[in-house]
Amino acid sequence: MFQALANPQRFMAFSRWAAPLLAVIAAGLLSWGLWLSFSAPEDYQQGATVRLMFIHVPAAYMAMFCYACLGAASLMGLVFRHVLADAAARACAPLGAGFTALALITGMLWGRPMWGTWWVWDARVTSVLVLFLFYIGYMALQAAIDDETRATRASGILALVGLINLPIVKFSVDWWNTLHQPASVFRKGGPSLPPEFLWPLGVMALAYMALFGALWLVRIRAEVWRKRAQSLALQAAG
Amino acid sequence: MSMTGLDYAKYAIFIWPAVAVTAAVLAWMVTDSLLRARYWQKKVQALEAERARPGAKPAP
Repeated sequence: MFQALANPQRFMAFSRWAAPLLAVIAAGLLSWGLWLSFSAPEDYQQGATVRLMFIHVPAAYMAMFCYACLGAASLMGLVFRHVLADAAARACAPLGAGFTALALITGMLWGRPMWGTWWVWDARVTSVLVLFLFYIGYMALQAAIDDETRATRASGILALVGLINLPIVKFSVDWWNTLHQPASVFRKGGPSLPPEFLWPLGVMALAYMALFGALWLVRIRAEVWRKRAQSLALQAAG
Repeated sequence: MSMTGLDYAKYAIFIWPAVAVTAAVLAWMVTDSLLRARYWQKKVQALEAERARPGAKPAP
């Protein structure tokens, strides 16, 4: 499938119907997830703030997932020099930065009433901040270098270096003694959450994933058009 | 608290801003992506129309 979609024309034909389809799925899941989130019972310890988990945790999942996509696309771009892989990496970064910012901000809004502080320099929170800085660094490097080939190569290498941070984010709560609670969904022995919290969390995570899929395709399409416009402008000038 | 009572008492000051920030960031992502795609699509269409115009420089 990836090989078939590596052809820009085939990708444009595929994304033309896949992006709206994913957007409709995202809208449906988001509506359902919000309904489940706001009708879930209060937690015996967290009270009503448990609802913040249903928007914070999926954003944190997406922050990591988007970076994995950015790293994979950058690797493909660096190894195979494929224009669509570069476009995919470029298109992924702002979305990943958005989800990471969301995870940090909603985490702060949950931390204040539960931990008594907006911010702690513990391993999980700090490693997610580093993840955000990798996204910002990637985009800044792209913008700072005029030669697009060099910019793509340099930012691709930075994206690959940043992959080291992903296992640190995931396992930080196991490797170090942190204020952040340990994993409660993706853990040995299955999720520790009761179904009334697991359902809204799962539906919201799928909604964010579908939304990312739709927007990623739209942004890759924009990148393909941008390249085409550059090429046409060069032809017209030369 | 059910959908019929969304006051959340002392936690409302944290819950509603989080919902608002989430809505704002997701709306930005959607708007920026669509506007960017539309801009470059129109740009390509304009350049292709320019190239197809009689007397325009042919493609190499």
